[in-house]
Amino acid sequence: MNLLASMRIALRALRINKLRSALTMLGIIIGVAAVITMIAVGSGAQERIESQIKGLGTNLIILMPGSTTSGGVRMGAGSRNTLTEEDGYAIQRDIAAVQASAPTLRGTGQVVGGSGNWSTAFQGVTPEYFEARNWVVAQGRGLEPQDIASSAKVALLGDTVARNLFGDADPVGQSIRIRKVPFIVIGTLERKGQSLMGQDQDDVILMPISTARNRVLGQASGRLRTVGSVSIKVRDGEDMKAAEEQIRELLRQRHRLQPGQEDDFSLRNLSEVLAAREESSRIMGLLLAAVASVSLLVGGIGIMNIMLVSVTERTREIGLRMAVGARGRDILTQFLVEATTLAIIGGLLGIALGIGGTVAIGQFAGWPIQLSIEPVLLAVGFAAAIGIFFGFYPARKASRLLPIEALRYE
Amino acid sequence: MSSPLIITRELAKSYELGGLSVQALRGVSLAIGSGEFVAVMGPSGSGKSTFMNLLGCLDTPSSGEYLLAGERVSGLDGDALAAIRNRRIGFVFQSFNLLARTSALENIALPLLYCGVPAAERERRAAARLAEVGLAERGHHHPAQLSGGQQQRVAIARALVNDPVLILADEPTGALDTLTSCEVMALLQQLNRGGMTVVLVTHERDIAEFAQRVVTFRDGRVVEDQRIAEPKDAAAMAAQLRAGAGVNP
Repeated sequence: MNLLASMRIALRALRINKLRSALTMLGIIIGVAAVITMIAVGSGAQERIESQIKGLGTNLIILMPGSTTSGGVRMGAGSRNTLTEEDGYAIQRDIAAVQASAPTLRGTGQVVGGSGNWSTAFQGVTPEYFEARNWVVAQGRGLEPQDIASSAKVALLGDTVARNLFGDADPVGQSIRIRKVPFIVIGTLERKGQSLMGQDQDDVILMPISTARNRVLGQASGRLRTVGSVSIKVRDGEDMKAAEEQIRELLRQRHRLQPGQEDDFSLRNLSEVLAAREESSRIMGLLLAAVASVSLLVGGIGIMNIMLVSVTERTREIGLRMAVGARGRDILTQFLVEATTLAIIGGLLGIALGIGGTVAIGQFAGWPIQLSIEPVLLAVGFAAAIGIFFGFYPARKASRLLPIEALRYE
Repeated sequence: MSSPLIITRELAKSYELGGLSVQALRGVSLAIGSGEFVAVMGPSGSGKSTFMNLLGCLDTPSSGEYLLAGERVSGLDGDALAAIRNRRIGFVFQSFNLLARTSALENIALPLLYCGVPAAERERRAAARLAEVGLAERGHHHPAQLSGGQQQRVAIARALVNDPVLILADEPTGALDTLTSCEVMALLQQLNRGGMTVVLVTHERDIAEFAQRVVTFRDGRVVEDQRIAEPKDAAAMAAQLRAGAGVNP
């Protein structure tokens, strides 16, 4: 007897008990749908974190001044002015593994321009900053070395600032006042969205570091040119740990620290924090998939249960089939195909429900989702395997019936 | 007498029932020729059903020998017995044993499914057999839509579909009224006249008298083996019954 004939017999048997078949399938449908949805939600969350890491700037190290101790109280990172603009340039110049090193001065202030009035943060930066922090100029131009050299009063606006000041109008070429200092807007920045901590990364203004120092923050030019932080991007493929060590070595040298003396700066590797987050979201996703798989297993047991009932109910039919010449393996095939058909149809419906559910979650809950073909194939394979695995015992039981006893069964 | 189709030598069968060994069959030696119409009679527990099951290769003997068409059947394994049932024997049961919710044609074609006959050929042969039993227009009816007599005729068509050498009928009229019984017996007689060997199990003398030979069992042994010189004609009796009841043929 060929497989096609077995399939036809199986489909007929399933049609005869429509409600029962449907309820049995429900277990598999829910299981498969749950696996697909959970994997999609899990990998969506992972994808989002990955894109945030990319947006933050991959291989990013943030260099901050060290902490001060004042009357026995440590004042926290960045409270000492030990870091200078020259440190930032030296890192760029002397360490080959560094792709971009951007010293940054940070400040906040009121910005007036267009029809708006907005309080925001500004960063005094060098052209390397764009590369280090993955900022892309959306309109206009970026900063040039001569802007730094001449302390030009030019600024680039983040998306949030641009919209608050100018609405939908084009801000490029407009003049604004930052802390009452007049600036010309030379460009806008591409949107980055929220940071992992929920901060609006687009609520920012970038200007030349020299302009920020000399014209906005008003530091005396004679003093050391201290900076708030240095953003350092390590070249792709370079070892982050080794790069970090080289930077530390260089800075200790430049700051003339004796061996045994504490660092007067701190290096933070943000990608590591995010990588840990990514790992935890991956584990969460796996956990969700594991829980969903349990429901698939329960669905499989449902199939086994109903197949056992079916074999008992159809003992006479089995006896008759054997009397007219069915061998044990024909009966085995028949019931195995029946269980597998049940599982595969359930699996296909489950895929439809799973994809629908995933899309619905993406639409209504606004969660990031990522559908891919692998979990779908996995779920179908799993469903078929469940049919074969859980169908085998009842099918073997049927195939081992003695024809004479099966025929007499009441 | 024609050459023996069935030969049994000291065929015996015992069962274990609750720790007790029950001798259902105590050594039966019998020869049945090709083209014979034999009725097996006996009260319940006489061993006639056990004997039928052994003839039908549905069960294996505890001892003794069984040859069907010259082939030694006793001692074959399950798959080989299934193949013999499939190709050489046609079964007719008291309760018809048709598959519910399955058309008459598909029921008839069932044995062909298990010997690899392609679908188109299965349908052609099933239709031919259905016509032979006079139900050509009922091919797509399900058993529940057929009368008892019609169901039994479908079952006979199924028994014939693989051109067996032997028809085994186990109380084929047990669930039917007198007229329908006569019609079914007429069909078996007609097949027998065409050369088919028929072995019939019954406990009704009336039915046994349609056969050419009556073998009576008691306590697991053959106690009487009687030839009937002039078997009753079932077709004639059916016609008579129909006339008596005022039913048009």
